[in-house]
Amino acid sequence: MGPTLPSRVPSALSLAGPGRAASAAELPPARMDVRGLSAWYGQTRALTDVTLPFSANRVTALIGPSGCGKTTLLRTLNRLNDIVPGARVEGDVRLDGTSIHAPGTDVVALRRRVGMVFQKSNPFPRSVFENVAYGLRVNGLRDRREIAERVEESLRAAAIWSEVEGRLHDSALTLSGGQQQRLCIARALAIQPEVLLMDEPASALDPIATQRIEELIHTLKQTYTIVIVTHNMQQAARVSDVTAFLWMGTLIEYGRTEDVFTTPRERLTEDYVTGRFG
Amino acid sequence: MEPIARRVPQVQEHLDVLKERLLVMGGLAEERVRLVTEALVERDADLARRVQASDEPLNELHVEIDQRCVKLLALHQPVAVDLRAVLAAVKINTDLERVGDLAVNVAEAVQRYLQHSPVQHEVDIPRMADLAQRMLRDALDAYVNRSVALAEQVLDTDDTVDALKAEVTVELLPLMRRQPDTIEPALDLILIARHLERIADHATNVAEDVIFMVSGRDVRHHGLGP
Repeated sequence: MGPTLPSRVPSALSLAGPGRAASAAELPPARMDVRGLSAWYGQTRALTDVTLPFSANRVTALIGPSGCGKTTLLRTLNRLNDIVPGARVEGDVRLDGTSIHAPGTDVVALRRRVGMVFQKSNPFPRSVFENVAYGLRVNGLRDRREIAERVEESLRAAAIWSEVEGRLHDSALTLSGGQQQRLCIARALAIQPEVLLMDEPASALDPIATQRIEELIHTLKQTYTIVIVTHNMQQAARVSDVTAFLWMGTLIEYGRTEDVFTTPRERLTEDYVTGRFG
Repeated sequence: MEPIARRVPQVQEHLDVLKERLLVMGGLAEERVRLVTEALVERDADLARRVQASDEPLNELHVEIDQRCVKLLALHQPVAVDLRAVLAAVKINTDLERVGDLAVNVAEAVQRYLQHSPVQHEVDIPRMADLAQRMLRDALDAYVNRSVALAEQVLDTDDTVDALKAEVTVELLPLMRRQPDTIEPALDLILIARHLERIADHATNVAEDVIFMVSGRDVRHHGLGP
């Protein structure tokens, strides 16, 4: 990959020092690759020519003020925006080198490989067990024992097994907010995706539940490629390896999180992460 | 001191690595003070030269530890005792780097001193060096074990080193007046004593930082803080 992205910011605003351009090149190869992506909702342009790799087994945080396009970018990664009337994209998104917009792409299969966890936990009004088993059945799994194994495995991976082990057949709605969110993560993991998209997964949770989710993200990246949208810059700093800063639909800066949060290259990034606007 | 497992273990891992690197640095600084004193006592100019030329590992650690602290602060936003531990690490790091620089200064003075015949004197520079080294070691032990009592002992020892340093000047000044050919080497002895006293001051700073880290109490400048 060549993540030496051209700056879209006038050079007078750039804080770039020598010797920093190579830092992003140390990242592992991209699992997903966004190239020259623009997106519109009707006449409104939401993204402008975004080029950004998502490295395998890394957490990439998308940060930026409201309306900067970060959620739009996230939702184009598994073509969730296809269902929004008037939405269209130009450019390309590749998963393991293959375009997800190629003719004949099976969108359901794509979403199986690129799972999503939403801001508001949204368990089905069914039992804890059924919430996780549902996706497995939809995907054709019939063997009861295998389903039970996969459910347990997913609940363990989402660090919620010990809390729900004894109440698998209670309604998922009896769980706390933090537990519901981890259940939704288990549900996403059950169908064994490669990439996990998270849209503000902890914004509705208290600090302890948030810490649990952050810790979980830290564990999950060993297996998955994770992209997280967050308004909470401290959270982006804590959980991510790579940070991408978007502003008015444009990718301003992309780099190792420790660089973005200590010595960003662009003045706009510095202003945003230090709370000077947004 | 860490009875409860943390919910977010990464912060603890970073703090542990930080502590380990500071200890390596402290060990290096202490070793250099020891070697340079040995060079003086054994009249080994070559050893002094080697100490003078080997500052690089300390300098590299100085930069590395600062980078670790910046990263910890920026990415993990430590609070309370964790915040005090990182702040203390930044300051201890600077003090240890200065100890390394002062050891280089001593090494230079020792080489100049050894070009002359020995000055007859009663001043106990090796004892000063021993005390300074012990203060460094105790200050770092206090840091590792979070021991306020040990840190306070370091503060007490500083007075002894200050007194020894004052004695050096008092004893050597009359000699320099009487025998002007001793001026150059005697001046170097005074400088060496002064550098060792400064090393003890840095050990004192480390001890003060440990007390702040453990108890949140600022004992610098006789506890002037709020």
